[in-house]
Amino acid sequence: MTPLLEPSPDLGYNGPCSDGAPFVDSGTEGVEVVEEHRRREIAAAFRAALPHMIPILASVPLLGVAYGVLMHTHGYGALWSTLMSAIAFCGSMQFAAIPMLVTGFMPFQAFVLSFLVNARHLFYGISMLERYRGMGRAKLFLVYLLCDETFSICCTVNPPADVRRKDFFIWVSLLMYLLWVGGTFFGGFLGNFITFDTTGLDFTLTALFIVLFTEQCRERRNRPAAAIGVGCSVVCLLLFGPQRFIIPAMALMLVLLMAGRRRAWF
Amino acid sequence: MVLTPLQTLLMIAAVALGAILARFLPFVLFPDGREAPPFVTFLGKVLPAAMMGLLVVYCLKGVSFLRPPFGIPELAASAAVVGLQLRTRKPLLSIVVGTAIYMILLQEVFR
Repeated sequence: MTPLLEPSPDLGYNGPCSDGAPFVDSGTEGVEVVEEHRRREIAAAFRAALPHMIPILASVPLLGVAYGVLMHTHGYGALWSTLMSAIAFCGSMQFAAIPMLVTGFMPFQAFVLSFLVNARHLFYGISMLERYRGMGRAKLFLVYLLCDETFSICCTVNPPADVRRKDFFIWVSLLMYLLWVGGTFFGGFLGNFITFDTTGLDFTLTALFIVLFTEQCRERRNRPAAAIGVGCSVVCLLLFGPQRFIIPAMALMLVLLMAGRRRAWF
Repeated sequence: MVLTPLQTLLMIAAVALGAILARFLPFVLFPDGREAPPFVTFLGKVLPAAMMGLLVVYCLKGVSFLRPPFGIPELAASAAVVGLQLRTRKPLLSIVVGTAIYMILLQEVFR
């Protein structure tokens, strides 16, 4: 699997041998016992993570397939879509980058748009500062794979007491990554055999965000913020047009949210 | 493919860099043991809902309500997604049915 799942001193391992004393008479046997113990811990974390993956078990690979197929219809085969998913790993921005891949070579614009579209990760990160604290090297991996879905699971779910949080978070992130990249590859491959009209398939992305937005609005305390998000975006869309509204909308949003904080709207 | 392989790789790198910057910045600015200021934690709580609102608008930004079909496919499919999601709470079902409705409306009804 990945070296991050192996026991290592700087991952804060506190097993029976952590004080350096042999666990049983023979040193090598002790190591084996520890490794076996560690393997069981990792398996327990996997079993704890799996049920939480069920809601996304179908949707994420399916969106990945949709992305792979869309890329294919725009002339980019499985290799390219899979590379994009594996390296950039940012679902919605990958969809948003398709028009840029077919209009011309504009890497700087792509970078800026990617940062802005992914700016919500700034706030995921802020929410996760506490939970990902003291995770050592694994933190690099967890932060690299932070996305809407891993965030929604990792920021709300507490694994059972006998499962190490780090193992749990790593499994959630890794499974999410494999579902997305695997789905993309399959979609890119499937694109070769698609003969029906794919016009309108792009709506999968819109539907995804509508679902996430609807879920946010289920919680009454999120509604003022959700309304501010939609309101600022619509106003700025009308004022600045579809190409340039995101930055002003985010700025206006921040101003209103901070004003609302002082007046205790939330 | 419009771009050359090298250009495509650079585009992938550019998209990845933007995402990596957004992901790592909070952890670089507020490393372990350094408390984020209260307004930052507040934003962490309210921004997900606001950003989802922005992303919905971002997805629908190209829809014209003044020219035929007056955004009817988008509105109908979006309403279906919201309705299904509220009733069933099954994201996959809502997305698949919503997209199917949209594709049918676009290809068969309003072409």
